[in-house]
Amino acid sequence: MSVRDKRLQLNNVTVSFDGFKALNDLSLYVDPGELLCIIGPNGAGKTTMMDVVTGKTRPDSGTASFGDDYDLLHLSEADIVDAGIARKFQKPTVFEQLTVFENLELALAGVRSFLKTLRARITDAQHKRIQQVLDIIGLSQLRDAPGRILAHGQKQWLEIGMLLMQNPELLLVDEPVAGMTPQEIERTSELLLSLAGEHSVVVVEHDMAFVRSIARRVVVLHEGHVIAEGNMDKVQQDPKVIEVYLGV
Amino acid sequence: MFRLWSKGIPEDRGGAWFLAVLAVVAVAVPLLNQLVPASSALHLSVFGITLIGKYLCYGMLALAVDLIWGYCGILSLGHAAFFSLGGYAMGMYLMRQIGPRGVYGNPILPDFMVFLNYKSLPWFWYGFNHFSLAVVMVVLTPGLLALVFGWFAFRSRVTGVYFSIITQALTYALLLAFFRNDMGFGGNNGFTDFKDILGFDLHSDGTHVVLLVVTAVALAASYMACRTIVDSRAGRVIRAIRDAESRTRFLGYPVESYKLWLFVFSAVIAGVAGALYVPQIGIINPSEFSPINSIEAVIWVAVGGRGTLYGAVAGAVLVNYAKTYLTGAFPEIWLYALGALFVLVTLFLPRGVIGLLSGRRREKADPKPIE
Repeated sequence: MSVRDKRLQLNNVTVSFDGFKALNDLSLYVDPGELLCIIGPNGAGKTTMMDVVTGKTRPDSGTASFGDDYDLLHLSEADIVDAGIARKFQKPTVFEQLTVFENLELALAGVRSFLKTLRARITDAQHKRIQQVLDIIGLSQLRDAPGRILAHGQKQWLEIGMLLMQNPELLLVDEPVAGMTPQEIERTSELLLSLAGEHSVVVVEHDMAFVRSIARRVVVLHEGHVIAEGNMDKVQQDPKVIEVYLGV
Repeated sequence: MFRLWSKGIPEDRGGAWFLAVLAVVAVAVPLLNQLVPASSALHLSVFGITLIGKYLCYGMLALAVDLIWGYCGILSLGHAAFFSLGGYAMGMYLMRQIGPRGVYGNPILPDFMVFLNYKSLPWFWYGFNHFSLAVVMVVLTPGLLALVFGWFAFRSRVTGVYFSIITQALTYALLLAFFRNDMGFGGNNGFTDFKDILGFDLHSDGTHVVLLVVTAVALAASYMACRTIVDSRAGRVIRAIRDAESRTRFLGYPVESYKLWLFVFSAVIAGVAGALYVPQIGIINPSEFSPINSIEAVIWVAVGGRGTLYGAVAGAVLVNYAKTYLTGAFPEIWLYALGALFVLVTLFLPRGVIGLLSGRRREKADPKPIE
């Protein structure tokens, strides 16, 4: 595997929608291999922050870079994916009519154009990689089941698996455990912890117990701005955080 | 227990049946026409051949609609436009073939031009005396229109019902344009009175038999081309776009270009179908562009079964057979019957007639509802 040493860096990013500042002078970084948790109340700008990183939203000012070579503000969404940033949306969207295996096949890094996928065949190495990811996400038994029959948690894992197929350096994971059973949550934290190191992982989450179970470093957003940063204990004792969260 | 889904993925039993039936038609029709004496009850008249030929052309149009609607969720309500453009391109060749045998006897100008006081052949008619140019234009005209139209529409991310509406507007605009006498396409009357194709008399049984066999071969080839596409990884991307478009985009697939190429390919199939339709039917006029034709094509697909390809062809044949019968027996109820059919199929047979036949009706029907 190639050297993975790209650092995500956002500096003074501001995004406003009709005068409302979704992000207000936001600066944060993610080190290679790190597992960073971002928390914050609704409307704190967590999703907008991910939109900026993935190129969906362009900020009014500020910079966003990934490693030394990638200026995220001037790359298309597809180019950002190529640069090694993968995003998992809040709502699991797997392809319902395709099997688990086919879902992973489409997520394989490699050919994307119509004429090339028309002739694409799965190589042995790719087959092995798909099997490997099936094992990581624990869905080997269900490889030929269509996406629509999967349980909620299984869909979330499949989607994480699809991100892994692209071999991303940085995984952005939006509220992975929302709506999960306790068993599924436990399984998900194991999964995310096993991914850190190999990948940089950014998790946006509301569930404090879950964040506590996986977080090393936590960033708290409020009104588009970082108000606290550090380990979970430090953050929870921060007076500004207590004020915003009313006693969490 | 999940073995259930792994079986029968690449094998295409329905398709094999479909191609077999098509082969039987392509063999039986010439035999029943040429070898069975006209006095026999089994003799197939040229009227019958033309009817079957028409159904097969409609089958190709349905195939084209199913490819984009059934697999990619793009509901085009303007596919008859591509069909008609292919038909017009072929019609232009057939008109030039008439030569001095027209009513006015003008060796260059088709009758309608003499009638409308054209002094010389419009530039876009040049070369249409050559069959090869006509064939190129049959592919190129619908293909290019679909390319330009699709490029603008998909690039602007026009989807769902909005796309359906603008395709409907497209075919309506072409209808109005082709009605105009000064367009140079015969206006209201279109093209008719064809004499021959490649030197073969269009009034002979033999020519019609050959045209029918050619149509069957074209339909089989189109089916296999579509099947190849939908069974490839590109086909899985296309279904992925249907199910979750932005998710597919996020995986790095250029969604717009998939839609565009699929739309263009579909338009070309429709154009070829139109080109095969015109010499068999013997007339093409602007009414072929009318919006109802495109909507009917969608109904054929819905009735037959979306997302199966052969189901679309079966639907086209079934509905048109019913149309032939009903418009003859009870002409005033046809449109009501068509409407009722569509409603009933949507409510009770989401997978169409094929879904009913294959007996694999799943509780949750596969295709998403019509958008």
